Amino acid sequence: MNEYISLSLILFTIGAVGVLVRRNAIIVFMCIELMLNATNLAFVSFSRQHGNLDGQVAAFFVMVVAAAEVVVGLSIIVSIYRARRTTSVDDANLLKS
Amino acid sequence: MLDLQWLLIAIPLASGALLLVWGKESDRFGHLIGTAASAASFVLGAIMFAELLGENAEERSHAVSLFTWIDAGRFHVEMTFVFDQLSALFVLLITGVGTLIHVYSIGYMAHDERRRRFFAFLNIFIAAMLTLVLAGDYLVLFLGWEGVGLASYLLIGFWQHKPSAAAAAKKAFVVNRVGDLGMALAIMLMFAQFGTSAIEAVNAAAPGATDTVTTSLGLLLLLGACGKSAQVPLQSWLLDAMEGPTPVSALIHAATMVTAGVYLVVRSNAIFDASEVARNAVIVVGLVTLLAGAWIGCAKDDIKKALAGSTMSQIGYMMLAAGLGPAGYAFAIFHLITHGFFKANMFLGAGSVMHGMDDDVDMRHYGGLRSMMPVTFATFGLGYLAIIGVPPFAGFWSKDKIIEAAFGQNFWVGLGALLGAGVTAFYMTRLMIMTFLSEKRWREEVHPHESPRVMTWPLIALAALSAVGGILLLGDWVSEWLEPVVGHAEHHELAVPAIVLTLIITLVVAVGVVAAVVFYRREPIAAETPSSVSIFARAGRHELYGNELNEAVVVRPTRHLTRFLVWLDGKGIDGFVTGVADRLGDTSQFLRKPQTGLVRSYALTMFGGVAIIILCLLAVTLA
Amino acid sequence: MILTILAATPIAGALILALLPRGRTDHLRAKVVALGVALITLALSLVVLARYEPTSGGYQMTEEHSWIEAFGAHYSVGVNGIAITLILLTTILVPIVILASFDDRLPDPRGTNAYFAWMLAVEGLAIGAFAATDAFLFYILFEATLIPLYFLIGSFGGPNRSYAAVKFLIYNLVGGLLMLAAIVGLYVVSSRQGDASFLLTDLQDLEFSQTTERLLFLGFMAAFAIKAPLWPLHTWLPDAAGQATPGTSVLMVSVVDKIGTFGMITWCLNLFPEAADWASPVIITLAVVSIVYGALLAIGQDDIRRLIAFTSVSHFGFIILGIFAFTTTSMAGSTLYMFNHGLSTAALFLVTGVMISRRGSARIDDFGGVQKIAPILSGVFLIAGLSSLSLPGLAPFVSEFLVLAGTFTVSIPAAAVATLGIVLAALYILIMYQRTMTGPLAPGAEGVTELRPREIAALTPAIMLIIGLGFFPQPVLNAINPAVETVVSHIGKTDPTPKTPTPIDAPAAEEGGH
Repeated sequence: MNEYISLSLILFTIGAVGVLVRRNAIIVFMCIELMLNATNLAFVSFSRQHGNLDGQVAAFFVMVVAAAEVVVGLSIIVSIYRARRTTSVDDANLLKS
Repeated sequence: MLDLQWLLIAIPLASGALLLVWGKESDRFGHLIGTAASAASFVLGAIMFAELLGENAEERSHAVSLFTWIDAGRFHVEMTFVFDQLSALFVLLITGVGTLIHVYSIGYMAHDERRRRFFAFLNIFIAAMLTLVLAGDYLVLFLGWEGVGLASYLLIGFWQHKPSAAAAAKKAFVVNRVGDLGMALAIMLMFAQFGTSAIEAVNAAAPGATDTVTTSLGLLLLLGACGKSAQVPLQSWLLDAMEGPTPVSALIHAATMVTAGVYLVVRSNAIFDASEVARNAVIVVGLVTLLAGAWIGCAKDDIKKALAGSTMSQIGYMMLAAGLGPAGYAFAIFHLITHGFFKANMFLGAGSVMHGMDDDVDMRHYGGLRSMMPVTFATFGLGYLAIIGVPPFAGFWSKDKIIEAAFGQNFWVGLGALLGAGVTAFYMTRLMIMTFLSEKRWREEVHPHESPRVMTWPLIALAALSAVGGILLLGDWVSEWLEPVVGHAEHHELAVPAIVLTLIITLVVAVGVVAAVVFYRREPIAAETPSSVSIFARAGRHELYGNELNEAVVVRPTRHLTRFLVWLDGKGIDGFVTGVADRLGDTSQFLRKPQTGLVRSYALTMFGGVAIIILCLLAVTLA
Repeated sequence: MILTILAATPIAGALILALLPRGRTDHLRAKVVALGVALITLALSLVVLARYEPTSGGYQMTEEHSWIEAFGAHYSVGVNGIAITLILLTTILVPIVILASFDDRLPDPRGTNAYFAWMLAVEGLAIGAFAATDAFLFYILFEATLIPLYFLIGSFGGPNRSYAAVKFLIYNLVGGLLMLAAIVGLYVVSSRQGDASFLLTDLQDLEFSQTTERLLFLGFMAAFAIKAPLWPLHTWLPDAAGQATPGTSVLMVSVVDKIGTFGMITWCLNLFPEAADWASPVIITLAVVSIVYGALLAIGQDDIRRLIAFTSVSHFGFIILGIFAFTTTSMAGSTLYMFNHGLSTAALFLVTGVMISRRGSARIDDFGGVQKIAPILSGVFLIAGLSSLSLPGLAPFVSEFLVLAGTFTVSIPAAAVATLGIVLAALYILIMYQRTMTGPLAPGAEGVTELRPREIAALTPAIMLIIGLGFFPQPVLNAINPAVETVVSHIGKTDPTPKTPTPIDAPAAEEGGH
C-alpha cells in the first residue's frame, strides 16, 4: 500500500516542482495534469485501503474536471500563443496586451 | 358691473398674451389691439367708478373671490379682487394714463421693428399693475407687485442690444428683489401671526397685535415699498431705468409702478396706525428721498434723469404724507394722482423733445426749442407749473396740503418739505430754461421738429389734467371719498393759519424760480458739461454716490465671497472628497505591488501557503 | 396591478429597444419607439390618476406579494398623494426629455438604442421606487437607478464623462451602503419583535431604542442627503450635470434626485419620527446653508450646466427645509416644490442644452446677444429662468412660498435667511440671461439659431405647466394635502396656531373651507 502512496507523493512533487520552475505554458500544464493524476492515484489507493467507493468517485470527478480544464486551458494557451507568439508564462503577466 | 373687476385685468392680459404668441402678421395692427385693450379697461373702469359714486359711502367696497389660489395646511389664499374707493382711483389713473401712453407709443415706437412686442409688454404691465391695486390679499398683491417688476424689467431692457439697457434692467429687478425680501417676510409674518394674508383681515387684526409685530410688519412693508418706489436706500435703480423707451419711463417709472410703494403703505394703514416707529421710519425715508431726489434733479444734464430725480423727490413727498398717518393718507394719494398726470405729461414731453432731437438726451445740446416745438413746449409748461406748485394748477393743491400736514406733525419735517418745494422750483426752472428757453445749442445736422399728432394729443390731454387735477380737492372730496378706507383724519392745529403757510410756500417756490433764472440766465449755458463744478453739483451728478456705496458695501463683498466660495467648494469640500478617493487609490497602488502577474510566483505563494497550513495542522494534531 | 404595469412598461420598452436592430444612419426607429413607450407610460399614469381618490391620505391601488420570505421582504406597491405626484412628474418629463434628446450628438451614434433604452430604464425604476411600500424593495430600486444613470453619464456625456460617472456612482454607492446597513438593522429589530417584515405599515409600528432609531435614521438620511443633494454632500452633482447630456441631467436632477427627498418624507419621517425630530435642527441648518451656498456658487459659475446644477442645490435646500420644518404647510410646499422644480429645471436644462449644442460650448462667455437671432429661444429661456427664481405667477413660487411661510411659523431665523435665496436667485438667473442673451451678438454665437418645431413641441408642455400651476396649483395640492397631513400627524406635530388670529373670518371659512 505504501508504495502506491509513495509513488503518488513523488509524482505530485515532480508536478509541483515543474509548475514552479518551468516557463513553457504547455509544460506547466502537463505538470498540473501530473499533480491531478497523482491525487487520483492517492484517491484510488485510499479507496482500496478503506474498502469503500468514495475515493473512486472523487477520482472520477477529478478526471472530468481535468478534462474540462484541458479544453479551456489549452485553448487559452493557443490564443495567447497566437496573440504574442510565445508560450512563456513569464511574458504573459498582464491581462491587457 | 361692480363684480367684473377681474375683467379689468383679464382684457389687457389676454391682449398681451395674444400679441406675444401671434406671429409677424400681427405687426401691422398689434399696436391697435394693445391700445384698444387698455382703452377697454379704462372704459370699464370708468363705468364701475360711476356706479361706485352712486352708492352709499359705507357700501363702496366690492370683493370678488375668483378661485382658491393656494390651500395647504393652514395657509389659505383666495384669488380675491377688491374694487373700492382707493382701488377705483388707481384703476382710473392706471388705465387712463396708460391708454394715453399707449396712443403716444404708437407714434413714438413707429419705427421700431419690435413694436408689437412693446405693446404686449405694456399690456402685461397694465394687467399686473391692476392686479396689484385690486388685490384683496397680500399674496395676490405680491403677484401684481412682481408682475409689474417683470414688465419693468422687460421694458427697461427693451433695447436689449444695448448693454447699458440690459444692465439697467437687471439692476432694477435685483434691487427690487431686495425690497421683495421685505414684502415676502411681511406676508410670512402676517401668516404666522394672524393666520391669513387677506388685506381686510390683516387690517382688522393689526390693532390687536403687539407693538413688536406691527413695527416689524411696518418696517418690512416699508422695505418693499422702498424697493418699488425707489426710496432711499433702494433708490439706485430708478435713474438707470431711464435706459428704457421714454413711454415706459412715463408710465412705469413716473406715473404708476413707482408709486406702488405709497399705495402699499396707504393700503396697510391699520398696521402703520398701530406702530409709531414704522410711521416715523416712513417719514424719515420720505424726507430723505425727497431731498436726495431734488438734489440729483438739480445736477443732471440728461433730461430724463433730471426728471427721474424729480420723480424720486415727489414720491418722497407722498411717502412723507403716508407716514403722517390718517392725516396724510388721502393727500398722499391725491399727490400721487396729480403727480401721475403732470409727470407723465413731462416725460412724454421729454420723449417728444428727444424724438425731434435724434434721441439726444443731453439738455446742454438743447435750448430755444420753444419755437420749434410749440405744442410740446406749451404742454410741458403746464406740467412745469403744476409740479412746482403754482396756483391754481394741480401740484399746488396736493403739495400744499402735504407740507401743511407735515408742519402739523413736526416743525422740522415741515421745514424739510418746504425746502424741497423750493429746490423743486429751482431744478424744474433750470430744466425749462435749458430745454426750451435760452439760446439754441444744437448741432447743425439736427433738425428739431414737432412730433406727429398721435404723440401730441396725449400730451394735450395730460396737460389739461395737470392743469385742472386740483378739482379733486374741491370741498375736501378726496379726503371724504377715501375716509372709509384710510380712516378719519383729525385736524392738526397749526401755529400759523393755513393761508399764511400757503403764502410762505408760494414765496419759497418763487425764490426757487428766481434763483434758477438768475443762475442760468446770467451767462450762456455751456454746450458741454462743465468739469469744474462745486462739490454739491458733483455729488448730485454721481447720484449722491449711491451706486458707489452699493458697489463697495454689497456688490464687491458679494463678488469676493462668491469667488472665495467657488474656491472653497473646489479645493475644500470637493478637495476633501477627491482627497479621500486619492488616498484610497494610493493604498491600492501599494497593495498592488505583490500582484506581479507572474504565474509562477503565484504558484509558489500557493504552495508555500498550503505548506504552512499543513504544518500548522500537523503542529495542532501532534500537540 | 396597474402600478406594476405602469412601472414595467418602460422597463419592457427598454428591453425591446436593446433588442431592436441598430438603424443605419438616423436611428429614427429607436427614437420613435422610445417616445411611443414613454407616451404609453404617460397614458397609463393618467389612468392611475383617474382612479386615484384625492381626499384620502392613505395608500391606494396597493398590491402585495410575499417575495423573499426568509427575511420578510415583500413585493408591495401603492401610491399616496406624494407618490402619485412624483410618478406623474416622471411620466410627464420622460416623453419631453426623449423628444428633446432626438438630436443629441452622442460620442458614438451606434449607441442611440442604448441611450434611449437606459432612459426608459430610469423611468421604470424611478416609478417603482416612488410606488414601493416595502423598505427592501425600495432599497433595491433606489440603488438600481444608479446603473442606467451611470451608463447615461459615462457613455454618452462630455469629454470628462468617465470621471463624472465614476464620481457619481461611488458617491451614491457610499450613501447606499449606509442605507443597506440600516436596512439590515431594520431586519434585526423587526425579527426580534415577531416575524421579520419590511412592509412600511409593519415598520411604522416597530419600537426602537433611542440609539438604534437615531443610527438607523442616519443610515437612511445619509443616502437621501447625498442623493438630494444636501450641502456639503453635493459636489458630485455639478460634475455629473456638467458632463451629462441635457436629457440625462433632467432625469438625474428632476427625477432620480427626487427619490432622495421623497425618501426623507416616506421613509425617514414615517419610520423614525423621534430621530427625525432630534436631527431636525442640524438638517434645517444644513438646508439653509444649501440654499444660500448653492445660490452664491451659482453666481460664481461660468459654465451654464454647472450653474444650473448649483441652482438645484439651492432649490433642494428649500425642499429639505420644508420637510424638516414639520408643518403641513411647509411639507405640502416641499412636495409641490419637488414637482415644480422638476418642471422648471427640466425646461432650463433642455433649453440651455439646445444653446450649448448649437454653440458647441457651455461657457457663458461664449454667448452674447443671442436674443436678437433667436427670440423664441430666449423667451423660453427667460420663462424657465424666471420660474427658477420663483417669480409669482409661475409654479415654483407657490411651493417656495409655502415652504417659507410654513418654516416661518416654527423658525423665523431659518425662514429669514432662506428668503435671502430669492435675491440671490434673481442675481444668478438674470446675470446669466444678461450675459448670454443681451448686448451685441458675440462672435462665434451666430450658429445659435432659433428653436426648431420639434424642440418647441418638447418644451411647450413644460412651459404651459409652469405657467398653469403658477395660478392653479390647487389640483396638485389637493392630492398632496391629505398625505402630508397623515405624515405630520404620524410624527406627532401640529401646526403652530396664529398668535393673534384675525377677528374677520377669511372668505374660505365662510364657504366651509376646501
